[in-house]
Amino acid sequence: MNPFTTFIGKIVSIPTENIDTDQIIPAQFLKVTDKNGLGKNLFFNWRYLPDGSPNPDFVLNRAQAQGAQILVAGDNFGCGSSREHAPWALAAFGFRAIISTGFADIFRNNSLKNGLLPIIVDKDTHRQLQSLAEEDPETRVTINLPDQTITLPDGRTVNFPIDPFSKHCMVNGIDQLGYLREHLSAIEKYEQSHPQRVKTI
Amino acid sequence: MTNTPRTLFEKIWDNHVVVHENGNPAVLYIDLHLVHEVTSPQAFTGLREKGLTVRRPSQTLATMDHGIPTTPPDVPITDMMIVKQISQLEKNCAEFGIPLMGMDSPNRGIVHVIGPELGATQPGMTIVCGDSHTATHGAFGALAFGIGTSEIEHVLATQSLLQQKPKSMEIRVEGALQPGVTAKDIILAIIARIGIGGGTGYVVEYTGSAIRSLNMEERMTVCNMSIEGGARAGMVAPDETTFEFLANRPLSPRGKAWDAAVAQWRQLRTDDGAQYDHTITLNADDLTPMITYGTNPGMGMKITDTIPDPADVADVSARQSLQKALDYMDLQPGKPLLGHPVDVVFLGSCTNSRLHDLRQAASVLKGRKVAPGVRMMVVPGSQQVKMQAEAEGLDKIFIEAGAEWRESGCSMCIAMNGDQLSPGQVAVSTSNRNFEGRQGSGGRTFLASPLTAAASAIEGAVADVRKYIA
Repeated sequence: MNPFTTFIGKIVSIPTENIDTDQIIPAQFLKVTDKNGLGKNLFFNWRYLPDGSPNPDFVLNRAQAQGAQILVAGDNFGCGSSREHAPWALAAFGFRAIISTGFADIFRNNSLKNGLLPIIVDKDTHRQLQSLAEEDPETRVTINLPDQTITLPDGRTVNFPIDPFSKHCMVNGIDQLGYLREHLSAIEKYEQSHPQRVKTI
Repeated sequence: MTNTPRTLFEKIWDNHVVVHENGNPAVLYIDLHLVHEVTSPQAFTGLREKGLTVRRPSQTLATMDHGIPTTPPDVPITDMMIVKQISQLEKNCAEFGIPLMGMDSPNRGIVHVIGPELGATQPGMTIVCGDSHTATHGAFGALAFGIGTSEIEHVLATQSLLQQKPKSMEIRVEGALQPGVTAKDIILAIIARIGIGGGTGYVVEYTGSAIRSLNMEERMTVCNMSIEGGARAGMVAPDETTFEFLANRPLSPRGKAWDAAVAQWRQLRTDDGAQYDHTITLNADDLTPMITYGTNPGMGMKITDTIPDPADVADVSARQSLQKALDYMDLQPGKPLLGHPVDVVFLGSCTNSRLHDLRQAASVLKGRKVAPGVRMMVVPGSQQVKMQAEAEGLDKIFIEAGAEWRESGCSMCIAMNGDQLSPGQVAVSTSNRNFEGRQGSGGRTFLASPLTAAASAIEGAVADVRKYIA
C-alpha cells in the first residue's frame, strides 16, 4: 500500500443515498480469484446499457469525469455485502477518496485497508461539494490526511475525523497485518490460557 | 471490572481482547473462522505471497455455497469461473490443512446454515466469515460478524482481528406474535423502523418475551438481517432453547465437557443494571406480515399498507431515493402491493432456508398449487436440511404444488450461479436483499417471510397468508 498524504483531485458526485456494494460491483464479478480487472465493472448496472454500451446519462461516463479521484456520494455509502471487491473496484477505477455523510461499517474497514480514504463530512459541506461537482465538473479539492482536512476551491478548510491507528497506517502505507503479527506472542499466551472453544478437525 | 454490570456483548468482547493498546484498536481473538469460495481466494494468495501459514486450521471451517449450482449433482458445472473458484478453495484447504465441507459432503450447505447445524457455532464465541450475514450465528449468544478479504487473511494468519469496540443497542420485542406473523416479519419491521443505516456502529442484542419464545431457526432469521439495519452483529442471549438445539451436534461438547460448557453459557446474559448505548422497543402483538416495496430492506411496510408517496417525504435526498426505488420497481405511490402480479417465488437463503422455514411454507402449499406461469424455487439451506425435509415428505408437497426442489446453496439470493431473475421479472423472495439487480440484472424483489412467499406463489400475486391460516 502506498503512503497516503496529500493530493489535489477532481471530484465527481453520485448523490444517491444508501449505495450498496451490489451497485458498486455486482455479484457476477465476484467470480474472480484475484483482484484484477474490477475497475471496468465498477457501477456496472448504472454505467452500461443492456447492450453493453456506456450509459451516456451516468456521471462517470461523461468526458469531464475522466480522471476524477474523489467520489462525493450520498449517505450510508457501501451498505450491504462485505465484498472487498467494492473498494478494489473503486480504487482500480482511480478513486483515492470517497466523501459522504456516512459509511457502512464493513465497507469503511475494507476501504482503509486498500488505500481508499472514507471521509465523513457534515451535511452542509456535503451539499456544497455536490453543488460544486454539478456546477463545474472540473472542480478540484485538496485532501490532506496528516492534517485531516479538505480544502475547497474557495479556500475554506473542513476537518474530518479518522481514528489515529487507521490514519497512521494509511499515511505510512503500513499493512495492518504487520501490527497484528507483532502481537503473536500475546496471541499465543491467550491461546494457552483459554481452552479452544471448538475443534473443527 | 467484574462488579460492573455488563451487557452480553461486553462480556464476550472482554473475554476475547488479547491486547488493547491505548489509542489503537483491540486485538480480538477469533474462536471460529468460516470460509467460502468467493471472498477467500485473494486472502490465501496474500498468505502465500508473505510466506505465512494458517495459524489454527482446527478453528477454521470451509464450504462452497455462493456460486455453486443447485441443479442435480450429476449435471456438470458449465461456468468455468465457478469451477475455478471451487477448485481453488479445494486446493487452498488441502494446502493449509483446513477442513472442507466439499461438493460431495453430506454436510455441505450455506455457511451460516452448516455452522449451527454442525454445532460449530456455540455461545460466547467470536465468529467471523467473509460474508455480511455472519450475524446469523449471534442467535446462539456469539459475537459474530462479517469481514472483508484483508481481514480474512488477518484471521487466517493470526486467528485475531483488529477491532474498534462497537456501541451496543438493545432491541426489545415484547408480546406474542399473531398467527401468520413470523421472525422474518419481526426483523423486517425493525429495519423499516430504524432504517438501513440505523444500526451502523452498533452490536444489537435482541431481547424481550417475543424473542425468547422464538426457536433457534427463528432467532437466526432475526440475527441474520442485523446487517440490513447496518449493525455488523446481532445477538440473543443463550437459554434452554439454545442448549437443546446444540446438544449432541457433531462438534458440540460431550459428556462432562457439555455440562461444563452449559454452566458457562448460562452466565452469558446481560447483567441487571448494565447499560446499552441505545434501546428501542417493539410490540410483537402489533406486528403483521411485512413486505418490502423498494430497493433496500428498510423500505418495508405492513402487507396491507399502500406504497408510500415520495411527495410526503420532506428530506430531499430521501425523497429522491424513494422515487428512484419506485421507478426501478415500477410501482405507483398510494397503491397496495396485495394483488401485485409475481413471476417468481424464491424460498431459500441464509435468512430462511432451514427446516422450520420449509415446514412453514409447506403447511400453506400442502394440497394447493403454485399459480400457472409462476416459477417457485425451493432451495434448502444445506444438504442436511434437504435430507431432513425429504424424510418428512416436504419435498413431495413442494413438487406436487408445482415448485422446484433444488440442491442446497445461496442460489437466487445472490444470483451468481445462474439461478436468477430476468430483467423486469418480479419476485417474492425469502432472502435478505432487494437491492437493484441483486437477484438478477433488472429483476425486482419483494422481501417477505416463507409463509407470505407460499401464499403469493398460490395466488401468483402478493398475498396475505393470514387467510390460509385457520
